[in-house]
This record gives sequence, C-alpha cells and structure tokens, in this order.
Amino acid sequence: MKILISNSFSTSASISILNEMKKNLYNYILGIADNSLILGQRLGELCGHGPSLETDIALTNISLDLFGQVRSYYQYAAKIANNGSNEDTIAMMRPEREYVNVLLVEQPNTDFGYVIARQFLFDVYHFMFLTELQNSKDETLAAIAKKSIKEVSYHLRFSSDWVKRLGDGTEESHKRIQNAINDLWTYTDELFHQTDAEKKMIAENIGVDTLKLKETYYQNVSEILNEATLDVPELKYFQKGGKQGIHTEHMGYILAELQYMQRTYPNMSW
Amino acid sequence: MIEHADIDTELIPILDKVSDPEIPVLTILDMGVVRYAKLVDDVVQIKITPTYSGCPAMDVIADDIKAAFKKEGYNVNIDLVLTPAWTTDWISEEGRDALEKYGIAPPLEAEADKDALLGNKKIVKCTNCGSQNTNLVSQFGSTACKALFQCEDCHEPFDYFKCLK
Repeated sequence: MKILISNSFSTSASISILNEMKKNLYNYILGIADNSLILGQRLGELCGHGPSLETDIALTNISLDLFGQVRSYYQYAAKIANNGSNEDTIAMMRPEREYVNVLLVEQPNTDFGYVIARQFLFDVYHFMFLTELQNSKDETLAAIAKKSIKEVSYHLRFSSDWVKRLGDGTEESHKRIQNAINDLWTYTDELFHQTDAEKKMIAENIGVDTLKLKETYYQNVSEILNEATLDVPELKYFQKGGKQGIHTEHMGYILAELQYMQRTYPNMSW
Repeated sequence: MIEHADIDTELIPILDKVSDPEIPVLTILDMGVVRYAKLVDDVVQIKITPTYSGCPAMDVIADDIKAAFKKEGYNVNIDLVLTPAWTTDWISEEGRDALEKYGIAPPLEAEADKDALLGNKKIVKCTNCGSQNTNLVSQFGSTACKALFQCEDCHEPFDYFKCLK
C-alpha cells in the first residue's frame, strides 16, 4: 500500500513537472507570437490608408509576413496545449489580460513617423531575437526562426531606410520622426524584461537570453538614429506591463476589431 | 532536373501540371516548393515548404496538388515543412527564364540584391527593354516575394523577385 502511494506520488510529480514545462513553453511561444500578431494587426489597419501606394503595400506585406509567422507559432502552441484550441482560437478568443505582447507594438498609427518609428524599434529587436532563436534547442522554434529571419531582414531594411529618409529629410519629417522616437522610447526597455516563462526557457536552452542583447540593441538603434541626424533620447523612465497582460488603453480597441467576427459568429470560418 | 529535393521520377509529370497560383507561368517544381514526393504504400506522400511564411498561395497549392493526383487515381497526403527554409536558389533555370519572359526580373545573388534594393547599384535588368538603367520604386511589390522597379529608359514598371537566402 505504501509503495503504491509513493509510486502514485512520484508519477503525479513527474507529470506535474512535465505539465509545468509545457506550460512554460506555451507561454514562451505566446510571448513571441503575440508581439507579431498585434503589430501585424496595427499594420493591417493601414491597408488602403498608407501615405502612398508603395508604402501602403510595403506595410501590409510586412503585416502578412508577421501573420504568417504567427500562424506557425500558434499552431505549435495549440499542439503543446492539446486542449482543443487551435491557431484561430488562440489568436481570436482570448481576453485582453491573456495577451502578453509588449506595449510598444500596440501603440497607435498616430502618423507615418510613429508607424516607422514603432516598426524600426521593433525590427531591430526582432532581427536580433530571431538570430539567436535559430540556435534554440527546440527544433520547431529554431525552424520558425530560420524561416522568419529572412523576412524580418527585409522589414529591418525597410524601416531603417525610412528612419533615415524621414530624419534626414525635410524639417517637418525630421520633427515628426523625432517626436515619434521620443514618445515610443519609453516602451523599448520592456523588450528585455524577462518573464518567468522566459527565464525557465533560457535555462533549458530553448529561449533567448534577451538581456545579453540589450546593449547591442541600443547601439544598433543609436547608430541608425545618428545616421538619420536624429537625437537618441536620454530617458530614464520606462513603461512596462504588456508581458504581464496589463496593456495600454489602445489594446481594447485593437481586440474589438480583431475579435469582432469570432465574437459575433462564434466558430465561423471562411 | 531537381537536385535539391527528394522526388520520385514517376510523380514529376503530375507535379509539373500544378502551377503557382500567383505566378502561373511557374510550376511548383520550378519554384522549388515541393521538397519530397514519394509513393509509400499506395499513398503519395508530399512535403511542401512556403516561399514566405504568410504566403496565401500555400493553401491553394496544396488543394491543387490534391486535385492533380486525385485525377490520376492517387491518394495523397500533404505536409507543410519549414526546414530547410525555402531559398530563391531553388528556383530552376527554366523557372528563372519563365519569370523574365513573364515580366518579373529573376532574383540576383544576395550581395547584388542588397545593392539593388538599397539603390546603390543599377543592376536589375528591365524585363521589357533589357536596360539596366532601372530604379527601385518600393522594396515591397504586389506580393511579399517581389519588389517594384521602374525602367528609366522605357519607363515601364516591373516586378523584381527578391533574393531570399
């Protein structure tokens, strides 16, 4: 009897360790994918509203790349969860507090300067992050990273190029992009805040140790800003919360649009 | 003909009938998206890989492959694979020629591609008149895989298939 009890104890303990591991991996994947989903949604708002046809097409192309990457992440997350969820329910059916994207990506398309500044500040991070994720011990994440980085290198080139064009452009464009960089700077530090899931996955050699990227991130960003004749903000106070599901007031509006069809007609499909 | 993928010779004629829905002059074999095709226990097992993650053509391609094999009396199972990631190197020579005739400049090598897309060098050849006096209009074109160029000599706008490595 005693043996049985101890046996059942050790079994349930190993199951709970396994579950814990799965839960961390699941949360880690959402932490990566939610950034791309929400940024993709923001860029999608510009479809038909871009400042010129070429930039309109470019921004929605980037949006499409991000959604494509998101599908791979969510499909993998659904497989891990194994609870009847799928890529669509993960994308569309969660309440706001369960989205763990950084605050940066949910900031609005105030003007073209903000669109480019937000994209640039994210792309520099995204490219560095995927570079490292390619070495993940998790084969699926490494595969998604290897695929995605080819696309993201084009995103980074596009946004860096526009930062330079706007910064080194007219007095008006310089002012606008500088305003946007100054305003959005407060959201950059959160990219390097590590959640529990991140820390656990780093320990397993699955996750990327983002703290090691931080210094180079600010160097890379500053280099482009200098080239664009823009000032690098000297800010000491940073906003955070998105990774814990505590979002800015903009998030509700994004989700209202993103989730509208699924909430109105549950389980509808094309 | 196809050195980089594992494909049964007898299945090639069927796969060759399926074209890329976005670029109909290219077959999916020319594009290099078919990674594996073998007949295993009476079922054709196929692996395809996307050109770009968000490529909306993948679902259509999978449906078209299914239809093509069904017509020939085969059962088919299709899997989507991500590694190794697709590269423009897998576009066949026939495919590159077909692209150019269709009005899409085929991809340059990685370094040259960067120079072209940053506007450092005029090296993308106009598909209309052949001039290299061309300018980048937008790094993103009508689909994720293309950039938009315009020829300074004949003024014709055209797509350029971006190098992906």
